[in-house]
Amino acid sequence: MNLFEHIGRFILMIAAAFKKPEKWRVLGKNFIHEVHSIGISSLSIVALLSLFMGAVMVIQTASNIDSVLIPAYTVGFATRQSMILEFSSTMICLILAGKVGSNIASEIGTMRLTEQIDALEVMGVNSINHLVLPKILASLFIFPFIVLISMGLGLIGGGLIGTQAGIITLEKYIMGLQYYFDPFSITYSLFKTLFFAFFIATIPSYFGYYVNPSGGALEVGRSGTKSVVASSMVILLINLIITYFLLL
Amino acid sequence: MSIIVNNIQKGFNGTEILKGISFEFEPGKTNLIIGQSGSGKSVLTKCIVGLYEVDKGEVIYGGENFSAMNKAERKHIRTQIGMLFQGSALFDSYSVEQNVMFPLIMFSDMSKEEMIDRVNFCLKRVQLENKNHLFPSEISGGMQKRVAIARAIALNPKYLFCDEPNSGLDPKTSIVIDNLIHDLTKEYNMTTVVITHDMNSVMEIGENIMYIHKGENWWTGDKHSIVTTENKEIGDFVYASEFMKQLRGKLS
Ligand SMILES: Nc1ncnc2c1ncn2[C@@H]1O[C@H](COP(=O)(O)OP(=O)(O)OP(=O)(O)O)[C@@H](O)[C@H]1O
Ligand SMILES: [Mg+2]
Repeated sequence: MNLFEHIGRFILMIAAAFKKPEKWRVLGKNFIHEVHSIGISSLSIVALLSLFMGAVMVIQTASNIDSVLIPAYTVGFATRQSMILEFSSTMICLILAGKVGSNIASEIGTMRLTEQIDALEVMGVNSINHLVLPKILASLFIFPFIVLISMGLGLIGGGLIGTQAGIITLEKYIMGLQYYFDPFSITYSLFKTLFFAFFIATIPSYFGYYVNPSGGALEVGRSGTKSVVASSMVILLINLIITYFLLL
Repeated sequence: MSIIVNNIQKGFNGTEILKGISFEFEPGKTNLIIGQSGSGKSVLTKCIVGLYEVDKGEVIYGGENFSAMNKAERKHIRTQIGMLFQGSALFDSYSVEQNVMFPLIMFSDMSKEEMIDRVNFCLKRVQLENKNHLFPSEISGGMQKRVAIARAIALNPKYLFCDEPNSGLDPKTSIVIDNLIHDLTKEYNMTTVVITHDMNSVMEIGENIMYIHKGENWWTGDKHSIVTTENKEIGDFVYASEFMKQLRGKLS
């Protein structure tokens, strides 16, 4: 299949996912389950990454400005800008595209392989709607929170390393964080995140759902790899497009 | 109610797999589809239940033309179909109880208590009690098959499909499963379709048999006529094993 056929089938899958669910209560239950498995279970890795990214940003900025003409609070300012604008949204989503994406692809791919999807279809359940919709909704719901948490922790990580290593005083750091702060930067970041979240849920679902069952476990593994590559590229592309139109 | 298949043709990428198969699966009987590996048994079954669309021909459930229906129209027939898959196809994130309850949650208006009663009834019927909270990975292959049967009969289906119910089971457990399918068929007067290439099953429960050879309906009959037929392909199939050959020697 060429790229256009994939895109066509992908769009049809999305359309099928947004059909009316068989039972709303079941959707609700699956939604909560997915919020947990996509979101909550990623929190610790996100927290760790964010703290370290913030810390590195502070060290990098400080070590690159050793001119007396540049005020010390610039460190806080630069860290805030890079965390909020790119690191907490794009970077975290890229990493979660790997973690969450390979999970989703192997989960749905295995269901295809072991005929669980056929079992759903024979019963009369719309399997795409049943499997994919809760993941889409859960991602759209939880990713903005994850990104907000990452922003907060990144700035805290930066502050910790900055003050502990004697790079900057807490007052100056906080002053930098507040310097020319435009709340739109957070809106912009969360706006991007919604797109990322959508594709992090749907691209791996697509590769998992349409895995070739005669390829066995190998093929399921490959669908995971393919979906991580594809969703990373889509994230980078969307990031470019949105940034171009919103910030330029 | 019977299932009639009428001149079904199905191919993949230009290769014809099913070359016009016609047959009537009779109600209250265990109807068998037998044939060698690769003859098209699974493809035929998937065409009948609508997992594959047929290229030509029709499938008729109790007088209703299933092939001509769209997805929404098919739903009321689908909820009357129970299917046991070759690998059981249990939902592995669900417990035994949740697996059997799943069709009830999706397609019935039962209360929670009624559902639990029904689940326990079905599990008891397949001799699996007090396993409700185990997960598929925690029970044996034979038990998984029985859970899958319980799930298939949860909604009291009119039609039951079983794709190689014995694969991966020892001969004794196989017979237990075969008899379970046979007894359930009689109890609920279901139209049961069993795919198998196991001669033991054929001799155990073969009431109405279709032998598929290279995508064609080669022979039909029952477990009595199959051992006496002069048809060469059937003979090769029936008497493939040394055991059956020796048996034939003894009989004649
Ligand atoms: N989705 C598919 N795409 C292409 N070819 C297929 C597909 N499904 C089955 N086939 C081909 O159709 C033929 C019949 O396959 P089928 O699975 O029906 O055999 P079977 O009789 O069930 O065999 P077994 O006893 O081994 O299960 C095989 O040659 C197989 O390669
Ligand atoms: Mg088969």
